[in-house]
Amino acid sequence: MTRRVVITGMGAVSSLGMSAPETMRAMAAGKDGISALEFQDVERLQIRIGGQIKGYDETEVFSRPELALYDRFTQFAVLAAREAVAQSGLDVSADPDRAGVVLGTSGGGLQTQNENFRKVYQEGKNRVHPFVVPRLMNNAATSHLSMIHGMTGPSYTVSTACASSNHAMGQAFQMIRSGLSDVMLTGGSEAMLCFGGIKAWEGLRVMSKTGCRPFSRDRDGMVQGEGAAVFVFETLERARARGAGILAEIAGFSMTSDASDIVMPNREGAERAIRGALKDAGMGPGEVGYINAHGTGTTANDRSECRALQAVFGTEIGHLPVSSTKSMHGHLIGATGAVELLACIMALREGVIAPTINYTGPDPECDLDIVANIARRGKVGATLSNAFAFGGLNAVIALRAAP
Amino acid sequence: MTDNLEQKVIAIIAEQAMLTPEDVSPEATLDALGVDSLGLVEAIFAIEETFDIQVPFNANEPGESSFDISTVQSIIIAVEKLVKEAR
Repeated sequence: MTRRVVITGMGAVSSLGMSAPETMRAMAAGKDGISALEFQDVERLQIRIGGQIKGYDETEVFSRPELALYDRFTQFAVLAAREAVAQSGLDVSADPDRAGVVLGTSGGGLQTQNENFRKVYQEGKNRVHPFVVPRLMNNAATSHLSMIHGMTGPSYTVSTACASSNHAMGQAFQMIRSGLSDVMLTGGSEAMLCFGGIKAWEGLRVMSKTGCRPFSRDRDGMVQGEGAAVFVFETLERARARGAGILAEIAGFSMTSDASDIVMPNREGAERAIRGALKDAGMGPGEVGYINAHGTGTTANDRSECRALQAVFGTEIGHLPVSSTKSMHGHLIGATGAVELLACIMALREGVIAPTINYTGPDPECDLDIVANIARRGKVGATLSNAFAFGGLNAVIALRAAP
Repeated sequence: MTDNLEQKVIAIIAEQAMLTPEDVSPEATLDALGVDSLGLVEAIFAIEETFDIQVPFNANEPGESSFDISTVQSIIIAVEKLVKEAR
């Protein structure tokens, strides 16, 4: 018998808000979370906008010993997980081995690296803080969540660039479904908005200086964001037995590899992932009521993603609402799929479909029903969330409304 | 200068122990103050930064280093020695 997997808690921090409900309200309102970047040496960058979390003082939230060990990406994960666990009412103390943590991140503790490289290379210092390594390692956030919440089962970090958190959540889902675990904290966290982080991205020349306008005719690249979203996944049986509120069901997951190019997306790889998620969920194309697109705002991704969706859904795609919330919160790289899952949950629970803001007009190469600028109401029973990473690694998650 | 050094070392250890400096007596061991291995490594980093010295300390074998960490007083004496040598 296949074990069904549901979401019983969610937490998030992003430039749209410091909680999951606040982030969802902002998505529903079409809030623009992109602003002028603020950090040391920003004046040496060409790209100076991003979905940066402002007005957040880490010293108000964490103690000095915690901050000695928590890079910004870990801080975000801890805050999101705290919210998700509180909402879920989760307590794993009776069987901690059956609970674990799988998070996605691309940069890990990049800010710790950035700061300490600056000290040793630029400032010529010969001594760094003793916790640089435990702070920067990509599994730091996962490990801290396991310690804070007492989860002693399978835990690890997934790093597949822009698909990291979708891969992480897909793995958590499969682990619960297959019986390896009963409950998982999963999602992703990213904090790449620092001089070194943006300078590296700038080199690729795929970043926009003006704004994130996915699928829009005048789009000119991606805009980065930062933050985290963490969810509680558990078996339907466990959730029901303890009377937990169910936010949605994870219906299916699929991952594919383009095996073609290290940066250029491939329609065929994306198409196979979308088809795979539908098949895994036992979901017909007609059941899907909303697609949260990867929609980065680059010329190549948006065109390729549209072709993949057209190939899977045929002419039906013209009536199927698609949006990219990256237009509001930016591209959170390894956390993006996790934050975007909130848009899927909002569509399923509230019948509110988040818009693609900054949309100025259709691109003939992106001929989809792009929920433009203003949220839409509609009953949605099932959703897909796409993530397609550099390196051609694709991960698509299918959700259904709570059973 | 020596008193000042003693106060600075005590302040560093107090911060790791999350105590006020008045509550850190020279006879106290790090264990008794609740300073764990991570706290010790941070304290040594802070001592190196404050006095611009190199502390011979290997976290793999904390007891084997020539830097005597058995009590607050022994750390103060060891730091005084290192500061003198560095001059």
